[in-house]
Amino acid sequence: MKKRVILDKKAIGRTVTRITHEILEKNEGCTGLCLIGIRTRGVYLSRRIHDKVTDVEGITLPIGALDITMYRDDISKLRWPEVKKTEISFDVNNMTVVLVDDVLHTGRTTRAAIDAIMDLGRPKRIQLAVLVDRGERELPIHPDYAGIVCPVNENEEVLVRMNEIDGRDEVVIVKA
Amino acid sequence: MKTLIRGGRLVDPKTSMDGRYDVLIDGPIIGEVSKSIRRVDDGTKIIDASKRIVAPGLIDVHCHLREPGFEYKETIRTGTTAAARGGFTTVVCMANTNPVNDSRSVTEFIVDRARAEGACKVLPCGAVTRGLKSEELAEIGEMFEAGIVAISDDGRSVRGAGLLRKALEYAKIFKLPVISHCEDETLSGGCVHEGRASLLSGLDAIPAIAEELIAGRDIAIARYVDAPLHLTHISTAGSVEIIDRAKRTFRKITCDTCPHYFTLTDEATLTYDTNTKVNPPLRSQEDVSAIKEGLRKGTIDIIATDHAPHEFTSKDVEFDLATFGISGFETALALSLGLVRDGILDLKGLLMKMTVNPAKLLGLEAGVIAEGAPADIIVFDPDMEWTVDRDSFASKGKNTPFHGMTLRGRNLFTMVDGRIVYNEL
Amino acid sequence: MNWKRKDLLGIRDLSKEEMLFILDTAESFKDISKREIKKVPTLRGKTVITLFYEPSTRTRTSFEIAAKRLSADTINISSSTSSSTKGESLKDTARNLESMRPDAIVIRHGMPGAPHMLARILDSCIINGGDGSHEHPTQALLDLFTIRDKKGRIEGLKVVIVGDIAHSRVARSNIFSLRNFGNDVICCGPPTMIPPHIETLGVKVEYDLKRAVRNADVIMMLRIQKERGGTTYIPSTKEYSTLYGLGRDHVETARNDVIIMHPGPMNRGIEISDEVADGPSSVILDQVENGVAVRMAVLYLLIGGEA
Repeated sequence: MKKRVILDKKAIGRTVTRITHEILEKNEGCTGLCLIGIRTRGVYLSRRIHDKVTDVEGITLPIGALDITMYRDDISKLRWPEVKKTEISFDVNNMTVVLVDDVLHTGRTTRAAIDAIMDLGRPKRIQLAVLVDRGERELPIHPDYAGIVCPVNENEEVLVRMNEIDGRDEVVIVKA
Repeated sequence: MKTLIRGGRLVDPKTSMDGRYDVLIDGPIIGEVSKSIRRVDDGTKIIDASKRIVAPGLIDVHCHLREPGFEYKETIRTGTTAAARGGFTTVVCMANTNPVNDSRSVTEFIVDRARAEGACKVLPCGAVTRGLKSEELAEIGEMFEAGIVAISDDGRSVRGAGLLRKALEYAKIFKLPVISHCEDETLSGGCVHEGRASLLSGLDAIPAIAEELIAGRDIAIARYVDAPLHLTHISTAGSVEIIDRAKRTFRKITCDTCPHYFTLTDEATLTYDTNTKVNPPLRSQEDVSAIKEGLRKGTIDIIATDHAPHEFTSKDVEFDLATFGISGFETALALSLGLVRDGILDLKGLLMKMTVNPAKLLGLEAGVIAEGAPADIIVFDPDMEWTVDRDSFASKGKNTPFHGMTLRGRNLFTMVDGRIVYNEL
Repeated sequence: MNWKRKDLLGIRDLSKEEMLFILDTAESFKDISKREIKKVPTLRGKTVITLFYEPSTRTRTSFEIAAKRLSADTINISSSTSSSTKGESLKDTARNLESMRPDAIVIRHGMPGAPHMLARILDSCIINGGDGSHEHPTQALLDLFTIRDKKGRIEGLKVVIVGDIAHSRVARSNIFSLRNFGNDVICCGPPTMIPPHIETLGVKVEYDLKRAVRNADVIMMLRIQKERGGTTYIPSTKEYSTLYGLGRDHVETARNDVIIMHPGPMNRGIEISDEVADGPSSVILDQVENGVAVRMAVLYLLIGGEA
């Protein structure tokens, strides 16, 4: 399997730092801000952004993990998708929610995540931060913060590996 | 019309003949049995039985032909056709028809119908009590004159020891055996054996003692009035033990069991397959082992089928609501031959329990291949493998738990009174 | 975990892994019932029929809420038709229902094996909502869920089941699940209500309630089933209450953190005193709450994905 590294460990670190600054800049600080990572790798990415915010601002933001399985639009076509826990212990009403995911592709996951959050309450606004935007959207969804915009061919796959679960940090493109 | 059955291995338990013999049938009786019959008249039908077993036609002391009254389950014609296929040349049909066979007219109807349409010989069993109600004795003498060979309230026990005592005493006039279905109704009321399987399935259960209690009671009464008693479809280790002990001091006790009681255990009911619902119920492994041991030791004299055909819809319901019974004619021989393969009985011993002993119980001259005897003969292959297909049964009753199973041993030819009624050779 | 089952017919068929998978899935669904918007779109467009041949409010409602919270459509069919009255046969009813293309049928029936019969003839997923004295799998799963929630574990516990073990599908299903996880299970009740051969299931039998509950981690009380002729197994409910009614003094000899369970509906003052039913050890209402989550999980696993 041929692979092409588009972000290595250092590049991911720099990208997370940049996204963090963009979030703080756009929202003019941390007031009313919270982070919700989409399972699985969006959760680790959101934690890194969270830690970076603490470094920069000295503040800990509310952070949660979202499992979107129950909201998927293709659930009846999947073979027994496993439902994992959603852990959001704070009130999302009137918050600015930054949804964090690793890869943005069709936009369907984001749609499901938005619906899931709306069922939890009524946030002031929802923003989207992703590490990789690989294009080919199927829904009118656009990221507020994108680490790298990287169009790939149909027969290619973007894989994000994160140290917490994969043992290393890298973003690679592989031929399917 | 003459028929020559040539080249088969004759096994006749009555005469202890076992070897290559030719059998010449002349009309309804056996004309000659000898090592080699070379010269035959022109027009003699030759049956090649080489590599097969030639034996007396089997006699079933317990079956249900359902006519009159339940023709949608079976008729005398379909039932006897199934019996003939299975190797039976004489069958005893139980009295739980509608109307019940508790009077001369019903007995005569069965006898006439069997004579007209039966593929094999049918001997009716009369009811012990009118309507099988355990209230008053049926007209046993009149039924005897019409042709019954035994009396039984099969399906239930005669309630009330006093009434059974009278029946046993009264039947002595005609030397009729009383056939007893052993079931204490205050202890039964379920539909499967009480054991680990019923615990797992949650189905209401019938304990072994429901059978054993009545077996013990009936034996005690028979002994007291010195009358012959036959206990039918014995299924438990306890019953075998009780009968074994009784037989040592009282010779007029006989009993039978059925192929399903030495082939299947109550585990078969765990799938809720209503074809495994039978009364008495399929018992535990220990019971099955005891039944086999009883057959080996000779405590159990006879193998009967308890052929109990039912229409599909009566089995195609919840287990609790399903009828009791297994359609048994067409699998009985194959299942019984399993006893020979398992070393429980030798072939002669097995045939004894399906020919000589039933004939003795009923006082028949059948069950033997000898010159001058009725030409009731079967030819079977003890090793032929075949797959049970209920849809190919001659019986209307497709209710078999053995559907789809591969069995060994198959009857291929049946002759009743010199008439070939089944021929697959 | 690769969930492959079409039907949920009994606990005895399930492996430990399958049970744990259901419990874990139920954990995810439990939170939904705590939200303001108690609904997810997961089973949108699916149809669940509850077919109840025995009166039951609790189980039927629980399944119905579970299905609705997953956005499935539910249809309730309650039939008090007893076996003796001449109605449509179960098979015909089921076939008719199937023509309406439900995705799942939850059946409660007075006769063991009725769900198995449906499973054989229908393509829909069949969930056993209680069949005679046989099994009540979702009850055992919600009990297991509640025990895990309260005790933090579901193995190595001393669990006492008290009542009519012989005629209780709740007892059977719980024995299968609890033994599978290696718990000590003690069945307590009058001998007329303890089925023969019960010890072959790996449980102990104790006729004396006081002795049975000593140091128990979990006490499960069963309902005295009057509708099953339960009273013919005991001289009177009054005497039963004297011998097998759970009171505070019993609870005091159990472990400090003992939990008291009851599948409901309770006969207060017969098998359980008010004091115990409403006391601090009682988790009876938690069972009801968890029942919805467990049934959501079961429905999700059976009809959520592609068959």
